[in-house]
Amino acid sequence: MKKIKCALIGSGNIGTDLMYKVMRSEWLEPVWMVGIDPESEGLARAAKMGLKTTAEGVDGLLPHVEEDGIQIAFDATSAYVHAENSRKLNAKGVMMIDLTPAAIGPLCVPPVNLKEHADKQEMNVNMISCAGQATIPIVNAVAQVQGVEYAEIIASLSSKSIGAGTRANLDEFTFTTSNAIEKVGGAKKGKALAIINPADPPIIMRNTIYCLTEGEPDEVAIRDSVLKMIEEVQKYVPGYKLVNGPTFDGNKVAVFMEVAGLGDYLPKYAGNLDIMTAAATRTAEMFAEEIANGTITLTPTEAA
Amino acid sequence: MSDNNIILHDMCLRDGMHAKKEQISVEQMVKVAKAMDDAGVPYIQVTHGAGLGGNSLQHGFALASNEEYISAVAEAVKQTIISVLLIPGLGTMKELKSAYESGARSVHVATHCTEADTSPQHIAFARELGMDTSGFLMMSHLNTPQGLTEQALLMESYGANTVYITDSAGFMLPEDVTEVITRLRGELKPETEIGFHGHHNMALGVSNSVAAIKAGATRIDASVAGLGAGAGNTPLEVLAAVLERMGIPTGLDLFKLMDIAEDVITPMMDHMVRIDRDSLTLGYAGVYSTFLLHAKKAAEKYGISARDILVELGRKKMIGGQEDMIQDTAMTLAKEKGLLKEAV
Repeated sequence: MKKIKCALIGSGNIGTDLMYKVMRSEWLEPVWMVGIDPESEGLARAAKMGLKTTAEGVDGLLPHVEEDGIQIAFDATSAYVHAENSRKLNAKGVMMIDLTPAAIGPLCVPPVNLKEHADKQEMNVNMISCAGQATIPIVNAVAQVQGVEYAEIIASLSSKSIGAGTRANLDEFTFTTSNAIEKVGGAKKGKALAIINPADPPIIMRNTIYCLTEGEPDEVAIRDSVLKMIEEVQKYVPGYKLVNGPTFDGNKVAVFMEVAGLGDYLPKYAGNLDIMTAAATRTAEMFAEEIANGTITLTPTEAA
Repeated sequence: MSDNNIILHDMCLRDGMHAKKEQISVEQMVKVAKAMDDAGVPYIQVTHGAGLGGNSLQHGFALASNEEYISAVAEAVKQTIISVLLIPGLGTMKELKSAYESGARSVHVATHCTEADTSPQHIAFARELGMDTSGFLMMSHLNTPQGLTEQALLMESYGANTVYITDSAGFMLPEDVTEVITRLRGELKPETEIGFHGHHNMALGVSNSVAAIKAGATRIDASVAGLGAGAGNTPLEVLAAVLERMGIPTGLDLFKLMDIAEDVITPMMDHMVRIDRDSLTLGYAGVYSTFLLHAKKAAEKYGISARDILVELGRKKMIGGQEDMIQDTAMTLAKEKGLLKEAV
């Protein structure tokens, strides 16, 4: 089987962690790591692992897209430059997986709607946020049973796992995640709260999901649906675990989760990093599988 | 000691919401605000206890929207400036703008004491709106004087005109306060003011505030009758009396404040806001004061003592905003004691 060749854009925490996951994939082969700082640790690490590197940003990659047969690119830079990166690569027929909060393409949570995006041959899909990947499956599991009037999620993240970009733009994180709780989770209204905890040793990523159901919650069906969904997520994030709940209090359902990472780049406490990169990898694999089977063919998009 | 007036900032209509499970009505807020305005209180903070964006399942739903509280109070007062609290990650710039449009002119932009770099966009935006802008370093006891100074310098660089040391757990001792404020006064720009926000869990709210003033702080948060989270904030009327005895001008009418405390606020309390074994545990174990009533509720539900839950939360280093972890911790403790069966 021929692996689909990939480029990783952004050599920070997320890009580096992603590199390890893509290297293990049976469908994907990381070929390029793109950065903007020649001194960056991430670029040096990628070069050592045998990837081609450039510190010239996406423009440094573009001349090599055809000769190296790049078909999928992951963008782990920032919301501000993503649109331009995506436009340039889409024009060369490269499909884009967006790990920034830019969200110009449809929002993707693999166990909820990945298949749908692959069927539509989307050229850009957005991975929302770590908190979104960790909580929206649960919101959706409840929404599959009955209407969810309101869903609220609280993500507690260890300080060491949160990079400068997220810190300086916390509002974007909040808006993107809240919106996705509605659009993908299926709640009528969504709200996301983020807490950054500096405890040392670092805390493991924790997520609490509250849903207000329309009418009395069907406890048995909701519990089954939530447990089934957790198994689905565990297929690509083994450390995704139920700690307490679901509890039922009137029409309020509460689920208390934790996410342990695989410890690829940052240690295991940084489950937030893992769930994002694992979901992105899972998404790329689904597209790669269909490209390899000939089910979908990537075509260059007209420059907008 | 500073020759400047000390600015006292009342918290009873914001921090006090925690002690009232967010159930203070717009009418009650207007009544209290008018009385404070009349007593010469220069700043009062209003809204949901968790501030802008606070209405949630995590933090409870108030009787009215933040905008309704702010505009009603802003309309009722003559001189008092209305302030709000904004915790990035919970509140956003969208809510800050709408608070400003409703009449708020001052804001505490609050982060945990090590995470000041989550506040640059909010502090800059508050300044852009022309608001009196404080950086507010919560749970200050969890950072060193050196670390707090670095965080304060960051907030100053984003545009904060005041930086607060915030003893959210009521854990700090007067000498801790003296040390950190002295250091800040030496390193921040002379025009940047320093504030102190105390909680009374170990009965040190007043002495810590006095220590802060002696070390150079010019803004002190307090609350009439101490209405606030945990054993309450520094009681405003007590602090005002002490400062008057010390010859430090505050511009407040002491007897009017005493009357508000006695005749208006105390009758509003659902429970006596005081030092009991649970609020003392907050101070002793260094736990976020707002956790108190949540822990009591979880204690009742799962048959664990509130003190055990609070000590465990302190041990796990949970911080402000992690109220969901109270029920979670209570459930985990209950499972360990065989009081609750495993979820799966």
